[in-house]
Amino acid sequence: MSDTADVVAVMSPSGPESDPHATTRPTAAKGIEGRTPWQLAWQRLRRDRVAMVSLVVIGLIVLMAIAAPLAALVTGHPVNEQYRTIGLTPDGLPRGPSSEFWLGTDDLGRDILVRIAYGARISLLVGVASTILTVVIGVVIGLAAGFLGGAVDTVLARLIDVVLSVPFLLVAIALVSITGPSLIVTVLVIGFFSWASVARIVRGQVLSMREREFVEAARSLGASNSRIMFVDILPNVLAPVIVYASLLIPVVIVVEATLSFLGLGLAPPTADWGGMISEAQTYYTTSWWFVVFPGAALLITTLAFNLLGDGIRDAFDPRSERLMAK
Amino acid sequence: MVRFLIRRVALGFLVLWLITVAVFGLFFVAPNNVARTLAGRQATPETVAAISHRLGLDQPLWKQYLDFVGNALHGDLGYDYYHQVPVTTILGSALPITLSLVFGAAFLWLGLGVFNGVISATHPRSFTDRSLTALSLFFYSTPTFLLGILLLYVLYFRLTLAGHTAFPAGGYAPFGGGLGPWAQHLVLPWFTLALVSAATYTRLTRASMLDVLGEDYVRTARSKGIGERRVVLRHGLRAALTPIVTQFGIDVGSLLGGVVVTETVFSLPGLGKTAIDAINQQDLPVIIGIVLFAAAAVVVANILVDLAYAVLDPRVRLH
Repeated sequence: MSDTADVVAVMSPSGPESDPHATTRPTAAKGIEGRTPWQLAWQRLRRDRVAMVSLVVIGLIVLMAIAAPLAALVTGHPVNEQYRTIGLTPDGLPRGPSSEFWLGTDDLGRDILVRIAYGARISLLVGVASTILTVVIGVVIGLAAGFLGGAVDTVLARLIDVVLSVPFLLVAIALVSITGPSLIVTVLVIGFFSWASVARIVRGQVLSMREREFVEAARSLGASNSRIMFVDILPNVLAPVIVYASLLIPVVIVVEATLSFLGLGLAPPTADWGGMISEAQTYYTTSWWFVVFPGAALLITTLAFNLLGDGIRDAFDPRSERLMAK
Repeated sequence: MVRFLIRRVALGFLVLWLITVAVFGLFFVAPNNVARTLAGRQATPETVAAISHRLGLDQPLWKQYLDFVGNALHGDLGYDYYHQVPVTTILGSALPITLSLVFGAAFLWLGLGVFNGVISATHPRSFTDRSLTALSLFFYSTPTFLLGILLLYVLYFRLTLAGHTAFPAGGYAPFGGGLGPWAQHLVLPWFTLALVSAATYTRLTRASMLDVLGEDYVRTARSKGIGERRVVLRHGLRAALTPIVTQFGIDVGSLLGGVVVTETVFSLPGLGKTAIDAINQQDLPVIIGIVLFAAAAVVVANILVDLAYAVLDPRVRLH
């Protein structure tokens, strides 16, 4: 992705080293509770005020997306309804915030507030769906490459290298311009070009785990390869994947908005933040609300996800922030 | 070392070859109506067929592909469908703009990012550290196109309204026309690109510096009575540079293929904008040329990064 910064370098993918088989032991003495690494991480995350506030903000955005029809109902303005007379000035320009249109109108006289609420659906849907797709492909390929080794690893590792060298945004734009924009195409394109980083992280983790005792134990019990990969190894490599995924969501949301901004988002009149900002571009000199409100919605969303992702990373890897006593 | 280089270059060619196959395949699947568009609405089927023939579009796909690869190996990327200009000429005129944009921005973001990162790392958990971290996260979360539009609004539009025209709304002034106009046209795009990218470097430098400053040899240097500034810059920063160099190489490499968004917002006719225009017109030779160049830039940058790694960190052995 040429314009969006790469998240790989900002994070340190070193998850908890302990293996879950050892941590679910019954409590040794009264008063001392055994906690899984997941519980420990969650406890640390809960103490992180910034992360908790971000979580609440994300919750509100999700609520807004779900309740989008409600916004249309309350304001009385359907999402694609064009109010050519009351929604536009006599010169045909968007109207500013008023009691009728709380966040103003766009170039076609549509209610910006309602369109922002509907736009949240697209951003969240693409953000989460593409991230899930990316993680699933990345984990399967990374597990296969790291665990099976040999020729499989050689081929898959080269494939990872190839995908990482593809000029993502250019090829994504070319692809979308051919297939025509749609939600599914956007999700597939993002997932298809982003899995390689996940696969590389997982592969590295699996390589360091392949020869551990618990894998040997599983094998001596007659477990199949796929059982060892998905039941024994997978839970141990999940921590860095979850950290990566949480930081990938905001990147994906920006990529989706960027595609829409470049005119390759969902076809109009679908309400979509990137598309709204793109339409607002020609009006920024006369109608600041047209670009500012959708822009703020997009920025708040990515910021909240980034802050939460940072918190999740610190929760799984407390070393990274605390090892700095000078 | 030599074996390493040969392997990496071979892999690079593999990548480029796969990309040509993919892009060719892609556009074959797509409904191709370039000839019809060029011929105009009134054209007879004969005219369309003639144009199709002139562009070589009536040939079977494998033949078109082989011709393309054969010519490309001789440095000829073909001609654009609409004006019959050699693709290499188009690339040649767009490249200086992208280069100006990327290197100016890179200079800024590296300076900003490393400076802020060092300040943050030497004053951990201080107010300065927290503000810089918050600020960099803010810019990191800002989509490039949004930042570009906001900068245009405040620094071009509001400022011009106020009677000070400091920056143009967009466009490019060639370097040959003087340093002043050139820089004036590029300041806003530079900052757009740099502010979004600097965040990564601030965080990277901070993390890397904190690790290094906790090392024994840094304590040793301090205990020898070496001044703090020297400890931080000479002993700390130098060792902390490796991940920064890696990131820098990858970023510059991938941006050279076209800074699509920034170029679009500021109407800079660089590689990114040219690519978007070509994609909208289905001008296949131009698209392939730019995508190939972009991939090549990434491949070369990756090789350089690995080499730099070995030079900076003697513990790394290439094999």
